[in-house]
Amino acid sequence: MANDKTSFQLVANGILAENPIFKLALSMCPAVGISTTVMNGFMLGVAVLFVQVFSSVTISVFKNVIHPRIRIPTYTLTIATWVTVIDLTLAATMPDAYAKMGIFVKIIVAFAIITMRLEMFACKEPVSASFWDGLGMGLGFMVGMMTIGFVRELLGSGAILGYDVLGFKPLLFFILPSAGFFVVGLMMAFFNYIEIVYKRSKGLK
Amino acid sequence: MNGKALQPLLLAALLLFLLPTAGWTAGFIIDKSFGAENEIILEFAKPVDPAVAKDFDNYTIYEENDPDIRLELEEVVLSDDNRTASLLFKESLNTTTAHVVSIAKVDGTAEQVFTVSKSYLGYLFSILISALVINNFVFTKYLGLCVFFGTAKRKSTAKGMGVVFTLVMVATGVMSWFFFQFFLKPYNITFLQIVVFIGLTSLTVQAIDTILRKVNPILFNSFGVFLVLVIANCVIIAVPLIMASNEYNFLETFMLSLGAGGGFLLALYLMSSVSERLKLAKIPPTFKGLPIAFIVAGQFAMAFLGFSGLKIF
Repeated sequence: MANDKTSFQLVANGILAENPIFKLALSMCPAVGISTTVMNGFMLGVAVLFVQVFSSVTISVFKNVIHPRIRIPTYTLTIATWVTVIDLTLAATMPDAYAKMGIFVKIIVAFAIITMRLEMFACKEPVSASFWDGLGMGLGFMVGMMTIGFVRELLGSGAILGYDVLGFKPLLFFILPSAGFFVVGLMMAFFNYIEIVYKRSKGLK
Repeated sequence: MNGKALQPLLLAALLLFLLPTAGWTAGFIIDKSFGAENEIILEFAKPVDPAVAKDFDNYTIYEENDPDIRLELEEVVLSDDNRTASLLFKESLNTTTAHVVSIAKVDGTAEQVFTVSKSYLGYLFSILISALVINNFVFTKYLGLCVFFGTAKRKSTAKGMGVVFTLVMVATGVMSWFFFQFFLKPYNITFLQIVVFIGLTSLTVQAIDTILRKVNPILFNSFGVFLVLVIANCVIIAVPLIMASNEYNFLETFMLSLGAGGGFLLALYLMSSVSERLKLAKIPPTFKGLPIAFIVAGQFAMAFLGFSGLKIF
């Protein structure tokens, strides 16, 4: 099974077929918590992308010297190291955006998606494939976050990326914190609906 | 435990909470306390001269840890017998810190300096309540959702899970506080907090796993399966991080982790109760599974918003 996919397929897999947020339903906390604007989603997406890619590559490089019995603690410490790096970098370079994301940057250390990718992919595959897989997963997460952020920002404050596009505020409710649950739930239902309609149109099941 | 034996204990605890920390009250000032949001109420031993008591220049008030920032008075209201004064401030007070008040000339002689603070036990209790419901980790901080949606299916599972989480959270919270105070801070390596806290969490979970397996195999059989899930969960790691950023002391950390764990237990139990009903309900196929769970959680989150104005002590 090793490396029978091209780099493009690996990236596309992360964004579409195994999208961390909508398909695997992992790492939901930030998707609900801070996805109030596109920018927030983008910023956390960048942080997760960074941590995912670097952790995947690190584990892939050292996969032959990691004893299987201590692999989980090794993953945790690797992720924690890279999270510390991005946490300090963001705090130093973008204090405003960092303050908005609050505790969620540090919480990346406990994201199930990153550990899962290390366990399922990076510890078996060569470095380049792990890099592309990490990139795909990170981008998939970023796209998911930005999609939710897009819906919430557009419906909540009638704007995209801070620019007023609608001129009015359709549903102020969507910008409230608790609306995150509803938005994610409704979007999942929407994707389910498309899937059902698609299958029906093809005459399957 | 026996419910009747607990009653006097609870009563004693309640009394302790209600006792104001009067501290040093001897002398001219009999009683002092926080009133409304921007109010400090003082009671004097004998009537004071209204002209002196209403002069703002006689008062110096500041928060104990910010002596440079003087708080500005807006009005001093005296009662009819001139024995009770209520000091109204321009801005609302941060009642969690002690305030130092000094009054000059009011009793005719020297300057009176004293501190006004809330009952410490009440403050600790408010941390517990805050973590439990007002800032519930699941419904208002949106943490630990993976495990929350994954396991809140049956009430019995939810209870076991919640108890294990509470135990682990208290253990890691206390240990992290110890490491943060005595290793990270003295050696100026607080930037390593993420690495240290996640390491401690894994270590605690591993230790509980091993100890439980040897000491109480029956308990391990019912709770052991949840321990694996605990490690990769943001609720657990959030407690030490909040503790570190708020510089909590030992008791505050303990209360925070207890409240966070209890809040998680509460959330799991509520959600599992609904899930049991949902199994029997007729749900549209597009909403089956996670979507309906998210909608229900959203409704709980809205309900928990109602706690946000709650203020105890």
